[in-house]
Amino acid sequence: MIEERPAPGPYTHAGTSVNRIMLLVMLALAPATLLGFYLFGWPAILLFLTTLLTAVLAEMLALKLAGKPVRKFLLDGSALLTGWLLAMTLPPWAPWWTGAVGALIAILIGKQVFGGIGQNLFNPAMVARVVLLISFPLEMTLFQQPLPLCSASAPGFIDSLAISFGNYTPVDAVSSATLLGQIKTELGRGVPFDRAALDAGSLWRSSWGDVAGSMGETSALLLLTGGLLLIYKRIITWHIPCAMLGTLALLAALFNLIDPVRYVDPLTHLTSGAAVLGAFFIATDLVTSPVSRQGQLLFGAGCGLLVYVIRTWAGYPEGVAFAVLLMNACTPLIDHYLKPRIYGRDSKGEPLNYVESASGDER
Amino acid sequence: MIKLFKIRGGVHPQDRKQLSANQAIENLPLPPLLHIPLQQHIGAPAEPLVRRGETVLKGALLARSQGAISAPVHAPTSGRIMGIGGFPAHHPSGLSVRTITLQPDGNDAWVDHLDPVADPFTLQPDDIARRVAEAGIVGMGGATFPAAVKLNLRNRYALHTLVINGAECEPYLTCDDRLMREQPDEVLDGVLILARGLGVERILFAIENNKPEAFAAMNSAAHAYSQVEVVGLPTRYPMGSEKHLVQTLTGRETPARGLTADIGIVVQNVATALAVHEALRHARPLISRVMTVSGGAIRQPRNIHVPLGTPLSSLIDFCGGFKQKPARLISGGPMMGQPVPSIRVPVVKGSNGLLALTEEEVRLRSEMPCIRCASCVHACPCGLLPLDMAAQIRVGSLDASVNLGLLDCIACGSCAYACPSHIPLVHYFNYAKGELAARQRAQHKQNETKRLIIIRKARMEALKQAKHEMMMKRKRELATAKQRNTETPSTEVGA
Repeated sequence: MIEERPAPGPYTHAGTSVNRIMLLVMLALAPATLLGFYLFGWPAILLFLTTLLTAVLAEMLALKLAGKPVRKFLLDGSALLTGWLLAMTLPPWAPWWTGAVGALIAILIGKQVFGGIGQNLFNPAMVARVVLLISFPLEMTLFQQPLPLCSASAPGFIDSLAISFGNYTPVDAVSSATLLGQIKTELGRGVPFDRAALDAGSLWRSSWGDVAGSMGETSALLLLTGGLLLIYKRIITWHIPCAMLGTLALLAALFNLIDPVRYVDPLTHLTSGAAVLGAFFIATDLVTSPVSRQGQLLFGAGCGLLVYVIRTWAGYPEGVAFAVLLMNACTPLIDHYLKPRIYGRDSKGEPLNYVESASGDER
Repeated sequence: MIKLFKIRGGVHPQDRKQLSANQAIENLPLPPLLHIPLQQHIGAPAEPLVRRGETVLKGALLARSQGAISAPVHAPTSGRIMGIGGFPAHHPSGLSVRTITLQPDGNDAWVDHLDPVADPFTLQPDDIARRVAEAGIVGMGGATFPAAVKLNLRNRYALHTLVINGAECEPYLTCDDRLMREQPDEVLDGVLILARGLGVERILFAIENNKPEAFAAMNSAAHAYSQVEVVGLPTRYPMGSEKHLVQTLTGRETPARGLTADIGIVVQNVATALAVHEALRHARPLISRVMTVSGGAIRQPRNIHVPLGTPLSSLIDFCGGFKQKPARLISGGPMMGQPVPSIRVPVVKGSNGLLALTEEEVRLRSEMPCIRCASCVHACPCGLLPLDMAAQIRVGSLDASVNLGLLDCIACGSCAYACPSHIPLVHYFNYAKGELAARQRAQHKQNETKRLIIIRKARMEALKQAKHEMMMKRKRELATAKQRNTETPSTEVGA
């Protein structure tokens, strides 16, 4: 009746667990993912499965090598989530090996060499994405116009196998730049940014997701829904997403106001690229973001600022992955300087002293 | 209604008070043997005054208080002293402590020299404190700090408010709730006496909003007293933490390493107030208390009035035994309670609950690595970084954990409750605090040894010096004598 091994208290628990968190994040990602499957068809599904499978296999291998319990750590779902997030950021028709190489980089280099779950300094999925982008710029920037599953022009399953695993490009496929890529190219050529191209219809399409882009990044609305679910479920707090999107929107609005021809408007910034995915699912990665509320606000604002700077003035049309990685590097510093104030102490850590301030309100 | 202030962090555990909240307090039949430990409080253990074989009456002094922070122990019923010796303590270690074993004679006869006070409000604060001390009253919320020592804070601090802690924020526990519902007038009388003992004018009686009946009962009892305000508190753990309770009520934080008395406030518990009422009005020392026996594994959860020294097994029997095998047996609430080493151990002054929890209630899962989710940071009511503190302690950097605020931790368990990785954070902190205390003791010992060695060295040096001087003196004397001899040999001869 009395326990053999005394277990430390408390003797009740909120009922949360690591795999519950991972499952909820995946659940929140599901709507945007399913839309991605629908819009980009079988090649996207095959790439997604390849990436996830490789991530899980890489995790198993790494756990075996490290002598850690494979079952326990595999079931936490973190490898699956990393693979999932990476797949979301890949061009939907990219060849299978981009997903596989990416997953290997994410799990082995991004996560396991640091010591596994909870130990990594950088977001593993973003490490992989950046490595892929720099190493294989062609494959990583070849985006497709949506060809919805079961539509007449969509590739069938066999064709899709050829697209993902062979080197086959069907005639119907229309490769296209993303909106951000298009803007970047045009502005780079000295062509002024054409507001008319972004009418209400295209804004709606890019919010809903029916545009060329990475597999799971296109639908800002579905991603926002998932993000709100995470906030509601208390997996993340509003601080990082709000600070990141707020900073991005604020900067975009400011520069757009100064020169609407050269600077894109804030709504386009918010609804295109990986802004929403990044704000709710990538920058909020628990392991690599600061722990205090103040720190999270600063971190989010930093991400937003860097995204804007990279998108506007740097060589790449999209900067979420770079921005998050750069801010990940700042996380230990932010955590060191921005700590919550301890009860009964002032912000410097000295015990409160009422003697100096006690005058009127002392009873 | 006064304005309430928000505290940081905290958690909302399922309170499961409905298991026992509607059970009226029942008296436990006297068990065949009572084991009364001499240490049921913070401070020095009491010094026994009785011998084996002696018969004592109910309320007789069994052991007197020893030292400035200590409390006496009285006989919970009349009977014969069977012995004084080691018995497993009401502590997870189960180590033995000096304990008086009393065999009840069944008469339950009170001592006859009782000396109740007709009107405690004519007494001076010092007299009230003395009587509270003599009755062996300690903080009955679980901290067991001698109540009289707390009353005497008035000599060192400018006090203005007495706060009565009726938050009972630990899940499951309903003993204070029942006391407030069933004996509001007695509790209030104790509160007023405590206020008199502290010399304060204002009383805030704080009750969490999940106890509406207790609130109504205390509110109507306090109606006639303008200095007493009954305040409903938001339900949140750890609302009953003294410093956080005061912050909720006044908006002021107790300075780090300080007492609430630093901001003019003393906090006492509901059961303590009732014990003070009993001690002053009826001259009855603290020999029994109300406990909640609850949990999913208990057949019939109850609130029981228990003589101190009753073995926990008697309580379990009184509640119909176990419905199923309990996964954990806990003394106190599930958040801050401690595992019970054996059901033989006795009820002590600080026992407010006995919980037999099922596997499902405990929700024990295997530990995972920290994923830095900051649940602990957001749950901590003290603004600490539990994840970083635990990481430092894990690698043995206790000083680094102290710099992060280890000593500001109140061990409330909110962090570990919220941790999705099920890391036993409080366990780390308790270990580190214990280790630091041990190191401090070792350091003190080392310093003492060093000091003694230096003194000894000085003493030996002085001794050597003295010897040397003595020898020199003797030599000089001898030399002088010799000289005198050679100079005037005739004198000696002549002498």
